[in-house]
Amino acid sequence: MTAGPDVRGTVPVRQGRLAEFWFYFRENRGAVIGLYVFAVFVVVALFAPLLAPYDPTEQFRQSTLLPPAWAEGGSWAFPLGTDPLGRDMLSRLIHGARFSFFVGIVVVVVAASGGILLGLIAGFAPKWLDTLIMRLMDVILAFPSLLLALVLVAILGPSLTNAMIAIALVLQPHYVRLTRASVLSERTRDYVVAARVAGAKLPRLMFVTVLPNCLAPIIVQAALSFSTAILDAAALGFLGMGAQPPTPEWGTMLAEAREFILRAWWVVTFPGVAILVTVLAINLMGDGLRDALDPKLKRS
Amino acid sequence: MIRYLLARLLTFLPTFLGVTLISFAFIRVLPGDPIVVMAGERGLTEERYAELYRQFGFDQPLPVQFWNYLTGVLQGDLGTSYVTKRPVWDEFFALFPATLELSLCAIVFAVAIGLPAGVIAAVNRGKLFDRVLMSTALVGYSMPIFWWALLLIIVFSGNLGWTPVSGRMDLIYYFPQVTGFMLIDSLLSGQDGAFGSAVRHLILPTIVLGTIPLAVIARQTRSAMLEVLSEDYIRTARAKGLSPLRVNGLHALRNAMIPVITVIGLSVGTLLAGAILTETIFSWPGIGKWMVDSIFRRDYPVVQGGLLLIASMVMVVNLTVDIVYSLINPKIRARK
Repeated sequence: MTAGPDVRGTVPVRQGRLAEFWFYFRENRGAVIGLYVFAVFVVVALFAPLLAPYDPTEQFRQSTLLPPAWAEGGSWAFPLGTDPLGRDMLSRLIHGARFSFFVGIVVVVVAASGGILLGLIAGFAPKWLDTLIMRLMDVILAFPSLLLALVLVAILGPSLTNAMIAIALVLQPHYVRLTRASVLSERTRDYVVAARVAGAKLPRLMFVTVLPNCLAPIIVQAALSFSTAILDAAALGFLGMGAQPPTPEWGTMLAEAREFILRAWWVVTFPGVAILVTVLAINLMGDGLRDALDPKLKRS
Repeated sequence: MIRYLLARLLTFLPTFLGVTLISFAFIRVLPGDPIVVMAGERGLTEERYAELYRQFGFDQPLPVQFWNYLTGVLQGDLGTSYVTKRPVWDEFFALFPATLELSLCAIVFAVAIGLPAGVIAAVNRGKLFDRVLMSTALVGYSMPIFWWALLLIIVFSGNLGWTPVSGRMDLIYYFPQVTGFMLIDSLLSGQDGAFGSAVRHLILPTIVLGTIPLAVIARQTRSAMLEVLSEDYIRTARAKGLSPLRVNGLHALRNAMIPVITVIGLSVGTLLAGAILTETIFSWPGIGKWMVDSIFRRDYPVVQGGLLLIASMVMVVNLTVDIVYSLINPKIRARK
């Protein structure tokens, strides 16, 4: 890229940027695959009731612990088999996608909006407020994230909503740090000084002038914390501190299936595969996003 | 240098105060009456309640209560477990060696495989080996380790019968705890097969706990190596006709190690979070399982004390890593 005259903010350039982004993103084949898998995941999550053959909580008492269709004793009525209560694994997994998607979206939105706001404030505020905010974030970061989430859920009571609140709180400091670091490096640039001299008030400087130029690392972080949120929510569910049975959340399903691990491999295997594939797809996408958005890495 | 150290210490103290404040607040924000919660007794009479109210210092203003808590903590008084009636401090240090042994094995496992893998991937950049290795690393990084543990149990304990499912030692062996490390204690005991049993119990938990650090170390080593390999002095070394092994192994790796060491140091938090899941699944009697059990048993003094000790440990390790890092890399000192 050659540095032309600065015409940022006009529409054609925005489109050009998007095209440029896609050009770099497409280079990374893993990222594109990740994007496709993620798109499938989103479709499954959105249309779960239409796609699932049965209700996720419907119990077929005559066919408990039925193996998958291709295994001996399996039936195509239940393609991925049934669980100990005779519920269809496929339907439960499809509905589980909804919970993971929901967790990811809510956690990222809550953590990112709170974190960006605090980061902007820290970056623009007087020294004492900046120090106060950053030390507070250090305190949160001192606790291993899963442990802090676990304790928060113990205080709030085990449920998926509380698990999401806890995870969002734990992931928030990363956004604060990223935003603040970007703000500090942007704040002294000419265009910001120019806007200030032109009479832009603080809120305008924060949200309109500076924030759009800090977004690249935040978008990458959003992708990464989407997958972290899914993993942590599943871990909390697995420990009995997240979604409660009979919710078909993938981690909770694994917890219910634990005692059957040596008798019925499918009740343990499939929910884990679902978590792994989803998280992997998002991480692949995140790698691609970072390569496409970070100009320093564009060479490699 | 001294200014950097002082500045770093100055950020440590308020963070530590904040951490104690959180663990102090923890028991007071729990649902229910804090006196009932802290006493752990049912059907308190009014006199008993009043007595406990005074005993726990609730008749004093909050800042005084916090001051008393803080001075208690600094003297090693973290309260007493409801369940075992033993001091939280003693329980922590009785269980800590188990977690330390597992974490050390996991990090050795992660470094022993991740470091060479990252170097080889960087040297063969873009080739099949690099791509396979980095894809595997990303899978490892995305792994829900609680599920990974269950899979390993199905294959290695269920189908093959090679490894035990839980605990640290077969019950037929009994020997006194000297160091708290089963690998060492079993050797000291001189009993036939005890050491082998300790090793067999360690294998699966080590793999499970080490998987994510392994993936992170492999990725970090590769990118650090790539950065160093493009430097001029590497080209000079190659042009001088030094063997590839010498260039990659000695010249490049030595400088690539700095960020890698940081990653290893900073994975303590990851390890402790992972220990919560790993220890729960393998019934490993360490502090991760202790914390989870205490949360379920509503043994709040243990949760409170454990939270504080674990956070302090992470902070001390991070501080040490920062200081060591600034010692070996002058660029950091200059920047601050």
